[in-house]
Amino acid sequence: MVSSYRVKGATGDWEVVIGLEVHAQITSKAKLFSGASTEFGAEPNAQVSLVDAAMPGMLPVLNGECVKQAVRTGLAIDAEIHRWSRFDRKNYFYADLPQGYQISQLYHPIVGEGSLLVETEEGEKVIGIERIHIEQDAGKLMHDQHPTMSYVDLNRCGVALMEIVSKPDMRSPAEAGAYVKKLRAILRYVGSCDGNMEQGSMRADVNVSVRRTGEEFGTRTETKNVNSVRFIQAVVEYEAKRQVAVIEDGGKIVQETRLFDPDKGVTRSMRSKEDAHDYRYFPDPDLLPLVLTEEFVAECKASLPELPDAKRARFVDVLGMPPYNADVITSDVETARWFEALLAAGAEAKAGANWLTSELFGALNRLGKDIVDSPVSPVQAAELLGLVADCTISGSLAKQVFEAMLETGDGAAAIVEDRGLKQTSDTGAIDAVIDTILSSNADKVEQYKAGKEALFGFFVGQTMKAMAGKANPKIINDLLKKALA
Amino acid sequence: MSVDSATVRKIASLARIAMRDDEVEAMVPELNNIIGWIEQLGEVDVTGIKPMTAVIANTLRWRDDVVNADPQTGGNIRTKILANAPAPEHGFFGVPKVIE
Amino acid sequence: MMTNLTDLGIAAIRDGVRDGAFSAREVATAFNANVAAARGLNAFLVETPDHALRAADAADAARVAGDLKPLSGVPIGMKDLFCTEGVPTTAASSILGGFTPQYESTVSGQLWSAGAGMLGKLNLDQFAMGSSNETSAFGPVISPWRRAASNAALAPGGSSGGSSAAISARLCPAATGTDTGGSIRQPAAFTGISGIKPTYGRCSRWGVVAFASSLDQPGAMARDVRDCAIMLEAMAGFDAKDATSLEVAVPRWEAGLSGNLKGKRVGIPLEYRVDGMPAEIDALWESGIAWLKDAGAEILEVSLPHTKYALPAYYIIAPAEASSNLARYDGVRYGLRDLPEGAGLQDMYAATRAAGFGPEVKRRIMIGTYVLSAGFYDAYYTQAQKVRTLIARDFDRAFESCDLLLTPTAPSAAFALGEKSDDPLAMYLNDVFTVPSSLAGLPAMSVPGGLDAGGLPLGLQIIGRALDEQGVLNAALAIEERAGFTARPEAWW
Ligand SMILES: [Mg+2]
Ligand SMILES: [Zn+2]
Repeated sequence: MVSSYRVKGATGDWEVVIGLEVHAQITSKAKLFSGASTEFGAEPNAQVSLVDAAMPGMLPVLNGECVKQAVRTGLAIDAEIHRWSRFDRKNYFYADLPQGYQISQLYHPIVGEGSLLVETEEGEKVIGIERIHIEQDAGKLMHDQHPTMSYVDLNRCGVALMEIVSKPDMRSPAEAGAYVKKLRAILRYVGSCDGNMEQGSMRADVNVSVRRTGEEFGTRTETKNVNSVRFIQAVVEYEAKRQVAVIEDGGKIVQETRLFDPDKGVTRSMRSKEDAHDYRYFPDPDLLPLVLTEEFVAECKASLPELPDAKRARFVDVLGMPPYNADVITSDVETARWFEALLAAGAEAKAGANWLTSELFGALNRLGKDIVDSPVSPVQAAELLGLVADCTISGSLAKQVFEAMLETGDGAAAIVEDRGLKQTSDTGAIDAVIDTILSSNADKVEQYKAGKEALFGFFVGQTMKAMAGKANPKIINDLLKKALA
Repeated sequence: MSVDSATVRKIASLARIAMRDDEVEAMVPELNNIIGWIEQLGEVDVTGIKPMTAVIANTLRWRDDVVNADPQTGGNIRTKILANAPAPEHGFFGVPKVIE
Repeated sequence: MMTNLTDLGIAAIRDGVRDGAFSAREVATAFNANVAAARGLNAFLVETPDHALRAADAADAARVAGDLKPLSGVPIGMKDLFCTEGVPTTAASSILGGFTPQYESTVSGQLWSAGAGMLGKLNLDQFAMGSSNETSAFGPVISPWRRAASNAALAPGGSSGGSSAAISARLCPAATGTDTGGSIRQPAAFTGISGIKPTYGRCSRWGVVAFASSLDQPGAMARDVRDCAIMLEAMAGFDAKDATSLEVAVPRWEAGLSGNLKGKRVGIPLEYRVDGMPAEIDALWESGIAWLKDAGAEILEVSLPHTKYALPAYYIIAPAEASSNLARYDGVRYGLRDLPEGAGLQDMYAATRAAGFGPEVKRRIMIGTYVLSAGFYDAYYTQAQKVRTLIARDFDRAFESCDLLLTPTAPSAAFALGEKSDDPLAMYLNDVFTVPSSLAGLPAMSVPGGLDAGGLPLGLQIIGRALDEQGVLNAALAIEERAGFTARPEAWW
């Protein structure tokens, strides 16, 4: 698929080239090289060990869980897993970096080339992934607490990150957005990152350049730490336009680090990182090379769940679900998990998928809740769908019952029972109603018999109304057909 | 390679060591002397030789993902973390204001 | 009553306390007095007499209770590179001025657990960078030794110069040292004491202020080989907090001591016969060969062809690692902060580091930063690490035909303070015999062999295979038994 996205310049169309470096916080209880907790929201500097604060003589010891999660993530994007990797020091001075270097992997990352399949309105596209490496997160600086001072909080310092580096394969904001969403979905399926962009557990450095279609890549800028899909797309749009304007004015793009201002929707050059280009990487002498055994990699592989692409294909091919529903349900691991619990509780796939994507999503939207906090459990929902499937209630009554379930927390069957909502299949009772209706609408019966078949719906409606909605619609249909024959 | 005063200034800036002009000038011949001497390493034929990674054969150990398993490398020790701080501020380290 | 308790070494103090010949408190009190009386040597940066007395009282109580520990009653000196909880630790640098660690290094912690007490923190070359102790921000240590008919102040060696001076001046029976390129062995040789740097990874580096991580190794310094063995046994051991720590058991080195070298082959590396080596050093080496032969060893010549490249490789690798290890001294979390009027963060870093680091530390940070900087990394750092592989391979090959190596420890006896401090390169060359084994991570020891014409001590170095500290200690013992080294500095301080 070739993107049609172009920036319209004064001198013609420009193509935008995008590469993303996504920093994803690895799900672990303790930090990458120390035993301090990674939990979000603690008091300043509470979750800091002597190691994280880079006290003299402190040494890093690697958290094995972080290695495992990086390898599992690599396997999930069909990447090469390097049996030999190494940690390097990236040296620079900043107040959020106590050691004066970040322990990262430049020369020998743990995960090599892989790829990700993304879908936009223009079709499917494979985006190359260059590498995934493990590194330490930095601390936080607060600038607005004191007139002349910034405050340093090291709680985040040393938390494990995966840096997932894409190839410069994206050509539109839509592709960049689709890539991040898909990557986030996979990380959440694998369980290697919670994908929570608001809390900063996933953020992207957005590399953007522009060129005339078919020409060499232009000089790129890197906009740091962009923390939502919407912002990433805004950065691409803004940077592409800005760069085109600069070039068309006869200027040159400077390779630089920029910062995104979400309030103004613009990027600006980052002063504090101006001269940080010579990082003097070298192997961290406090850590030995990281060697993975075949057995370890095999264990990681065996521990992977079914991933979104495979699940979607299975839902369509085996369960016969419409591709749209399959897409929606598999795009988020919690939704897929909920749906599979629904199936396990006995719900039928197609009806279940329809109900989930319309009724449940609608309700959750209204309540402002995530699916993991759904007030109705998959087992309860399966009970409701079962009542529809065996004709105990009609589809429209099911909506009422669902509302009642949300309000009361009671089970579907109990609500139907208590409120006398059970649909009748008593043909005698229905016949009696039909008789009354047909006799009081003799003119319409005549018209029907004369060929105005559209009136059939009128008779169904009248009968249902007279039955207070509690008649089995299929039986009404059958009996009406007989009576009108 | 010969080191000039511009190079010394650049290196001092990378290393965040403020240097007066006279200090820079004094360091130029010193560094040239030492760097000229270490450059004899270039004579050694290292074809096919791997750079050393571990001086004594040893593999990287991993620790389990347990919080505060060893109190010496765990958290919840804010008082200790801030005990030597030149400018502790409400549980933070204070530094001159940074404009990003 | 004993003659003089401060003439005793570790074994004699331990045994005397155990046997009730004297109390641990008497020992600690005697050494505390010597420390206080020797301030002119500038060996101690911090004196901790109370720590020594507390440990002594605990030892005396333990004797009564019948649970004496390996070092009960032994007061020692602690190189000020080891972080000690509640006791200021500076690495002899102004940049750590006012720093009091809230933690105890693994090695010092093990020593306290073994019953030892601390007499104080010992001076050293700033961040262990130096061979003469002159780079200390708190003034050089003055060697207790003097050349015959001279009052010139001599270097005690470095970087563990406070340790070497204190031991030879009887201010402590033993002390910790650290060795990156010879910092235990060269000062031991200069002051007529013994010192062992074990295999890299034997002693934990956790809590030791880092100089060059791939080379730094704590070790023991004492007046004889047996005391080194006892001390090292307490210091060594696996530490899960140090990723380069070796997961191997600590042998009972003292119990394994034997000066009988029958069946041992000792290699004499050809390349260590450097140009311009003083005849006295050569003669000492010959004596060492004779003593080892006498102890039953077979002597053979071996070749370590890349020896001449060890020093230049070291002066790339060590400064490179140091430039990064010392980046944490930035005035944000501890130590000195120099904040000129109106300075921003980066200016504060530059001012703090300019004010806090001494000239030699700055020089090495500059070299290290230069060799790692863009465009130079491969030519310098990668090349040096490849040469390091070749140097380690030289040792591997030599150890195919022999068990141990014998060399001089240093190319000269102690030099005068100020004699080499204007010429960094001349100072660096002092480590020519000690650096190769550091690059290869091998255990190595210096033991006194004799005196030069001026009456100053000279040391012999034994280098062993990885983890063969026992072989090294035994060969050193064989020399000690035959060298009859009894010289000691006359107290003038
Ligand atoms: Mg980046
Ligand atoms: Zn990164």
